[in-house]
Amino acid sequence: MVKSTSKDAQDLFRSLHSAYSATPTNLKIIDMYVVFAVFTALIQVAYMALVGSFPFNSFLSGVLSCVGTAVLAVCLRIQVNKENKEFKGLGFAGEFDSRQYALVLLGLVHRDCELGMGINWSLFPTANTIN
Amino acid sequence: MGAKKASPDLLNSSFSFKSLKLKTKQQELLLRVSILGLVYVLAFIARLFSVLRYESMIHEFDPYFNYRTTLYLTEKGFYEFWNWFDSESWYPLGRIIGGTLYPGLMVTAALIYWTLRFLRFFVHIREVCVLTAPFFASNTTIVAYFFGKEIWDTGAGLVAAALIAICPGYISRSVAGSYDNEAVAIFALLLTFYLFVKAVKTGSLSWALGSAFGYFYMVSAWGGYVFIINLVPLYVLVLLITGRYSMRLYVAYNCMYILGMLLAMQIRFVGFQHVQSGEHMGAMGVFLLMQVFYFLDWVKYQLNDTKLFQTFLRITVTSAILVGGIALGVGTASGYISPWTGRFYSLLDPTYAKDHIPIIASVSEHQPTAWSSFMFDYHILLFLFPAGLYFCFKRLSDATIFIVMYGLTSLYFAGVMVRLILVATPAVCLISAIAVSATVKNLTSLLRTKQKVPQTGSTKGVGSSKSSSKVTLDQSQPFQKNGAIALLVGVFYLLSRYAIHCTWVTSEAYSSPSIVLAARGAHGNRIIFDDYREAYYWLRQNTPTDAKVMSWWDYGYQITAMGNRTVIVDNNTWNNTHIATVGRAMSSYEDEAYDIMRSLDVNYVLVVFGGVTGYSSDDINKFLWMVRIGGGVYPVIKEPDYLVNGEFRVDKGASPKMLNCLMYKLCYYRFGELVTEYGKPTGYDRARGVEIGNKDIKLEHLEEAYTTSNWIVRIYRVKPPTNRL
Repeated sequence: MVKSTSKDAQDLFRSLHSAYSATPTNLKIIDMYVVFAVFTALIQVAYMALVGSFPFNSFLSGVLSCVGTAVLAVCLRIQVNKENKEFKGLGFAGEFDSRQYALVLLGLVHRDCELGMGINWSLFPTANTIN
Repeated sequence: MGAKKASPDLLNSSFSFKSLKLKTKQQELLLRVSILGLVYVLAFIARLFSVLRYESMIHEFDPYFNYRTTLYLTEKGFYEFWNWFDSESWYPLGRIIGGTLYPGLMVTAALIYWTLRFLRFFVHIREVCVLTAPFFASNTTIVAYFFGKEIWDTGAGLVAAALIAICPGYISRSVAGSYDNEAVAIFALLLTFYLFVKAVKTGSLSWALGSAFGYFYMVSAWGGYVFIINLVPLYVLVLLITGRYSMRLYVAYNCMYILGMLLAMQIRFVGFQHVQSGEHMGAMGVFLLMQVFYFLDWVKYQLNDTKLFQTFLRITVTSAILVGGIALGVGTASGYISPWTGRFYSLLDPTYAKDHIPIIASVSEHQPTAWSSFMFDYHILLFLFPAGLYFCFKRLSDATIFIVMYGLTSLYFAGVMVRLILVATPAVCLISAIAVSATVKNLTSLLRTKQKVPQTGSTKGVGSSKSSSKVTLDQSQPFQKNGAIALLVGVFYLLSRYAIHCTWVTSEAYSSPSIVLAARGAHGNRIIFDDYREAYYWLRQNTPTDAKVMSWWDYGYQITAMGNRTVIVDNNTWNNTHIATVGRAMSSYEDEAYDIMRSLDVNYVLVVFGGVTGYSSDDINKFLWMVRIGGGVYPVIKEPDYLVNGEFRVDKGASPKMLNCLMYKLCYYRFGELVTEYGKPTGYDRARGVEIGNKDIKLEHLEEAYTTSNWIVRIYRVKPPTNRL
């Protein structure tokens, strides 16, 4: 029983590996980026488990922005993948622009969350202390 | 369809409409734009009844708080507003206003105000506040048009815009002067839904971004955003289950959820609820489920081999469910994920509030809805809704599934709580618009077909307006055209009755400012009772600036906004014990009440009394709620003490505790000498219809400071203890 499951697992692994190596290179780059982002998020969670969750908003902003970039990268991969018939003719450049806006927004919100101030104040120059 | 364009030398040739022949597409566009323009104006002016009849003022209770905060925002700027701690309400506790409100409405009104000032229109902020709601109602009709176009076609969009412009369910909370969160929130709700449906349809990141922004606007505007954060995941779940999922759904939901969640956490009042509260866990669960689901889908596609995939599937699914279950269990058990709060839990279990939280049960707009309310607010839309559902099911697509789910869930909640009829209104209007548009389209195409050779294929005949089969004239039914004309006339008659009903309802029922009352005099002339404002202005001008006023929580916002004095409790009702203390003071004998009032530093007491005018929403009628809420925290107050045989009475047969409690004394002080109605004895209470029991009232620790001209509002001063200044 154990032997068959381990053989199954090996078969699984091998066929996955062979299928995956057939994907085009630009998609593989995106995949590596996704893995990197998820890995960073996991490191942050582990760090929080060690050190404690204060200040919570910094933790949340860090984790969620990592998850956010991962998700947006996956969206990009989906839209760029030629095998997805629903996204004909969008091409790399068109959706990349939308993704840039999304990422800029993500970055702004991340900064805002991290500083815990609600509606980012560095955009409005005022002489007040950051709390 | 050949037609000439407008000739270029129009000025030279004689101007005749014949030379302005436009192509069909241009004609259609002109028609659509003009209809939308008319609907836009209609939505705005239908809400202006109270401005024309009374004056441009803020209505009711909650809008006064919103007005006060908007005033503060425009005067002091955004930073002061965001960090405002108010010591003028909930004395001596104070209230963190910056962190406990939804800023969307105030910021919107302030932005409009600043824009107008930039364009050199120097209007007062109150005018902007009064007209914000009608303005956003007009914008909602435009969004409804685009949404209808998305779900069905442009015809349905136009009908939806027209229906929602005058639907009483929406008008009730968005008349001019009703400066409340819902005015902006319904616009944000519909906008978010429209952008999300567009995102699912096109799979484009830009639309998903737009819907995240729409969601952020909704979170900033109203606590009802919980409806969106639960309906959208439910919709995604339904699509996954029915097998309609695709990559577009993945892109749309993920982008909206992550970005929307991050944006929503910028509002301090919402804070970290998106990761900590039980009401938001559904969205997160669906998010994780989607990741697993699409990952499995991708692996399946990669593998191309079912046997191996089955093993993989087994491993992943079991581990995912295990991990998810453990996380949820640990989170809920340890209390990290808070359970559903009382307000939303009572939507799922309507009997919960009555037994456990009397303060939620006492609000009149939280009561379950009667059928008459449904008929009053929806009229013909009530039976057009099921017809529209039928059409939606005939042509199922991602968009129609969404609107069906929105309609059914919102109607359920509308049945539980009167206030939520507002949330159901856009769905009901859209679905009814589909019914109307499809019916009219079928009937008119029947009218336009020429006689064809008799076919064996059957139509269902003109009698069934639900037929959408190919329209050919069946020779065996020679009066089809006449039947179609008759039905069309019927449809137009119904729609015209709807318009008449809506106008009548708006004029009679939903345009009263609540703070100014009107009645017909004996000769048919209109009498205005402006007692509330009279009393607040008396307070403003005749009391020391640091005076503290105790009243029931209904009037708190108005006293701070117009009277500019510190209050003990107000409509925010965030502290039940404080309100119970006030309730206890109102229902105790004068000596005990005096001790409580001294401990709270109360200088003035304000009560509302309707015995002279017959005004029935006064404090005596609300008294039992004061007793219940007070008794909920202080067991010394027992409700049966104030009742006689389970009955609430104020005449001679009333219980002695009732006849001598503070509220009774303050309301009926000197009332025993007054003749209110011809032929009745002195001290006849017109609101209860009885002669009061205790006419000879003496006050020991308070003295009468002011009674308004119709005795509606009465203010008493708390005397300092003897031997003190």
